[in-house]
Amino acid sequence: MDLGPHSGFIIASYALCFLTVLGLIAWVRIDKRLQDRALKELADQGITRNRPDTRKQ
Amino acid sequence: MAFWDYANPTRFLRLVQIVLPWLVGLCVITFAVGLYMSFQAPEDYQQGQTIRIMYIHVPAAWLCMMCYTVMSLSSIGTLVWKHPLADVSAKSAAPIGAAFTFMALLTGSLWGKPMWGTYWVWDARLTSVLVLLIMYLGLMTLWRTMDDPIKAGKAAAVLTLVGALNLPIIKFSVDWWNTLHQPASVIRLDGPTIHPDQLWPLLVMALAFTLLFFVLHLMAMRNEIMRRRVRALRMRAASIAHPGTAAATAQPAE
Repeated sequence: MDLGPHSGFIIASYALCFLTVLGLIAWVRIDKRLQDRALKELADQGITRNRPDTRKQ
Repeated sequence: MAFWDYANPTRFLRLVQIVLPWLVGLCVITFAVGLYMSFQAPEDYQQGQTIRIMYIHVPAAWLCMMCYTVMSLSSIGTLVWKHPLADVSAKSAAPIGAAFTFMALLTGSLWGKPMWGTYWVWDARLTSVLVLLIMYLGLMTLWRTMDDPIKAGKAAAVLTLVGALNLPIIKFSVDWWNTLHQPASVIRLDGPTIHPDQLWPLLVMALAFTLLFFVLHLMAMRNEIMRRRVRALRMRAASIAHPGTAAATAQPAE
């Protein structure tokens, strides 16, 4: 497909938008992994929402 | 079950788990169709092929305003009803809104250079959108400066509502002032002025961007609820280790 004399601007627009969306997806996925890990670490220490006052000895 | 029952974060998380895969699938399909239509649409008699930038610029610009509208409504929920998820919603939407605003400014500049001969002019539309980006960044910073998410949420809600004054300025800037940016050509009282062959790809891409916003917003809200649970659990752990110190300041996750 011939994008004409301004093809550089068109490709740059789509590429930069794609990278921005990719960045947003990476942000939410990495954040989810961090929170999952933190909750797991707390659960391993016996700190859970179900048993507030118990800890593994 | 009433709509308000989803104010409970646990119920909300369960709902997200069910809805999210369907939304992601729909979003991917809509983007595939939208992108295909965008590159099949006829070129414009004035803009030529650069009209293809419009298919991402216009939806990004719409979404950056819609995202701030969602934040403003959430802020009302925070201040008036103290809705448990309102603050979570506002905080989670800010980085997404900032990204959409960045995309709108970037693609606008890349369209402006070949069409106007310049990347940037300080006209009312461009400047007010830049102010919107600064508002988003300021709100994100404000949330990070306070440890207590409840206090930060209230301060951010007030600032968000003050910043909402910028939305009508953005929308009507092209009518109120003499701007280089063209006036509205889709959302008009007398109907769109774009040919249907170019309007349909734009509307499909707008739908794809809207779905993308909802997907990312739900995912970010889920993360924020989990972050608050982690914080509450850490406070509880600290209160067990040092009784009488951390318990007084602990905030429940729900």
